[in-house]
Amino acid sequence: MSIELKMAWRNIWRNPRRTLLTIAAIAFAGMILVFMLSFQLGCYETMINTCVKISTGHLQIQAQGYLKDKKMRLVIKDPDRIAQFLDTVKGIDHYTFRANGFCLVSSDKRTYGVVVTGIDPMKEARVSSIKSLVRKGSYLKADDEYTALIGELLSNNLKVNINDEITILGQGRDGSIAAAVLTIKGIFNSGIDEFDRNVIMMGLKGFQEIFSMGTSVHEAVITADSLGDVSRVKQNIQNNFSAIKGDEALAGLDWMEIMPGLLQGIQMDLVSGIIMYIILVIVVAFSIFNTFLMAILERTREFGVMMAIGTSPSRITKLVMFESICMTIVGIILGIIIGSLVTIYFQKYGIFIAGTEDILKQYGIPDRLYPKLSLISATAGPLVVFLITFVSSFFPALKIRKLKPVEAMANV
Amino acid sequence: MYIILAWRNIWRNPRRTIVILMAVIIGVWSMIFLGALMRGMETQMVKNSISTLTGSIQIHNQNYRNDPVVENSMDNIDKLDKALSKTQDPGTLWAKRVRVNAIASNARHATGVTLVGIEPEKEVKISFIGNTMISGRFLLPGDKNKIIVGKAFLKKFNTKIGNKLILMSQDTQKEIASKAFRIVGIFSAESEAVEKQFVFVPISQAAKMLKMGDSISEISIILPRLDITGKKETQAAKKLITAIGDDTFVVETWQQLLPMIKAYLEMSEFFLYIWYFVVFVAMGFGIVNTTLMAIFERMREFGLMKALGMRPFQIIKGVVTETFFLLVLGILTGIILGFLSVVAIAKNGIDLSALAAGTQMWGIPRILYPEIWARDVVVAGLVVLLLGILVSLYPAFKAAGVTPTTAMRKN
Repeated sequence: MSIELKMAWRNIWRNPRRTLLTIAAIAFAGMILVFMLSFQLGCYETMINTCVKISTGHLQIQAQGYLKDKKMRLVIKDPDRIAQFLDTVKGIDHYTFRANGFCLVSSDKRTYGVVVTGIDPMKEARVSSIKSLVRKGSYLKADDEYTALIGELLSNNLKVNINDEITILGQGRDGSIAAAVLTIKGIFNSGIDEFDRNVIMMGLKGFQEIFSMGTSVHEAVITADSLGDVSRVKQNIQNNFSAIKGDEALAGLDWMEIMPGLLQGIQMDLVSGIIMYIILVIVVAFSIFNTFLMAILERTREFGVMMAIGTSPSRITKLVMFESICMTIVGIILGIIIGSLVTIYFQKYGIFIAGTEDILKQYGIPDRLYPKLSLISATAGPLVVFLITFVSSFFPALKIRKLKPVEAMANV
Repeated sequence: MYIILAWRNIWRNPRRTIVILMAVIIGVWSMIFLGALMRGMETQMVKNSISTLTGSIQIHNQNYRNDPVVENSMDNIDKLDKALSKTQDPGTLWAKRVRVNAIASNARHATGVTLVGIEPEKEVKISFIGNTMISGRFLLPGDKNKIIVGKAFLKKFNTKIGNKLILMSQDTQKEIASKAFRIVGIFSAESEAVEKQFVFVPISQAAKMLKMGDSISEISIILPRLDITGKKETQAAKKLITAIGDDTFVVETWQQLLPMIKAYLEMSEFFLYIWYFVVFVAMGFGIVNTTLMAIFERMREFGLMKALGMRPFQIIKGVVTETFFLLVLGILTGIILGFLSVVAIAKNGIDLSALAAGTQMWGIPRILYPEIWARDVVVAGLVVLLLGILVSLYPAFKAAGVTPTTAMRKN
């Protein structure tokens, strides 16, 4: 340990109360930042995962233009070939195929317009959370064709229950009329009102028959091993895309392209959060700037003596900088530790804010909020605190260069 | 005497005072500014949702809200009209609507929409539709088969003004009724969802198509002034309920109609005040530390004062008065800066349309006009002042506890 470092460490404990308060201020800022950032990132991840799980998947392959217009005729003609290809791509967890059509759905009493989605029951259960969302009745079986799952709100609107029949009426891929009677097998509740009010799911085979789709589908829905793998899987798919596309115009899309609103919403929230944190850090910086300044000004005489016995000003500056850095580092480490502990506690038990359940549900967040500690959330905030306090300790240290030993020693 | 003494004391070391003042000013400024942004957002959200066909108060058939179909419509409109004219202040406006789920289709597309039958001349004054027409014309009361649709709807259907649109819905006889309309106008709205959801036709045409006779789905009422706390609306609704005196009609205020908005308002206020507290703690450390240092420097002085006969309480009072000045100065400057920065951006607002998809996801307006609420200013000021004085008690007690002889011996 260099002599400066040793002196710095001893110096800061000459006035333990002041040092502790300064460290506490830094630790507080660090703790708040660790916790808040973990909290935000945790919420985002939950939101993304829920949306991905309920509807879009991490990635999709669709016919070019389908995302924008959702036109029935924009199909993937040969899903088998896509399936063969997807089996070879690394990083893919599971995939499934879906087809969608807009329909008029009627019970004896009511008529509503909805989206009917044809799903492959077995594969779908691995890709999306729909199976676990069935609250009443049961999920579809592999060979179910003319049975349906419907959203809870829709079932209320239609005034139907399990085993009731509903009629769907829409337009097939070739423009013909598509009509069928479906039996309700299960009722699901995702918590997202729009989804629960507008969606009916039925067996893909049945859907293809009713809507004259042949074997074609609209979407290949893919989940990656984890959210972080998505960009790599997308790259893998795109690299080999030309080989499988043949004459079809297909597009590989990730969840950010499928749900631009979610991404932008998150970005916006993150930016507003960051602005708030910066303000907080500046307030803290001013609070501790004073301490650094005073620690130097009250020791003018001491510095004068040191200079008189031959210590160069740059060495004293170094010493003073070491003092600030020591305090900052201790504060930040404490901040990270306390912040992480608080985060881990809430990560386990969740945060419940009364009265917010209904709002959060619409964004796909369950009634408890769970922060998520990660390397980024644990270090990004404290790092900024470190930089800013470093800068604010720099200005007082510069004062030392102007000191003249004789005058300084005359100072009381 | 305390006042003069304290004021002079805080300027004995101007640099130190200014640095800590900066911390207080920035903290208070951030409280005021963020509060104003949030309040502006809230007000706009409420205004938007009220003008998106909600209104301050609505009257429905008691079953309509759970099951919005034509069977659950209201007759005996004259009675409602009379009750309204009798109870409401002048300046209150209302309009009748038929509102029902329907399927809109043309040769290529079909989608679910909300068919809204309106009284054109009254509706323009109470909801967004009055001033958001971007092309074509608005409906006229005598229009036979004309319809207006949203910009996003038009794009989705790949159609244009003058084209036909078929609407289908269940009529009062439980038959599927359908009718062709010609698009005469296009409206735009804050969110694409609204543009896609609503299509408007004259109320007479909707009633005819659905075989409703004279009955209607809802009456939407706009009070002359929006009260974001909802108190005025609640009062007006109460008067109305007594005047109607009929349980088959349900009168609800926007707070009851939009529980999500109400919950959102409560949640954001909660977060705002938490934020106030966090900022305070950050500056609180600075306040304590600075005051402490100022006091340790002056221990000799306090010892002398005590030796001259000052009571400990008087020393505490002196120190607290100093902090008080510091805080008041910081709070006032912070508030003034907050006001100035809000005024500066309130003129043009903050344009978030680059993130339109994001604003829609959170349901916040595209252009944000900050708005300062007296309540937030008072809360911010009081939080900083009271807690600031509270934390300065610690150094003040230190100063008061000094023993004259030891303190004066110190250099």
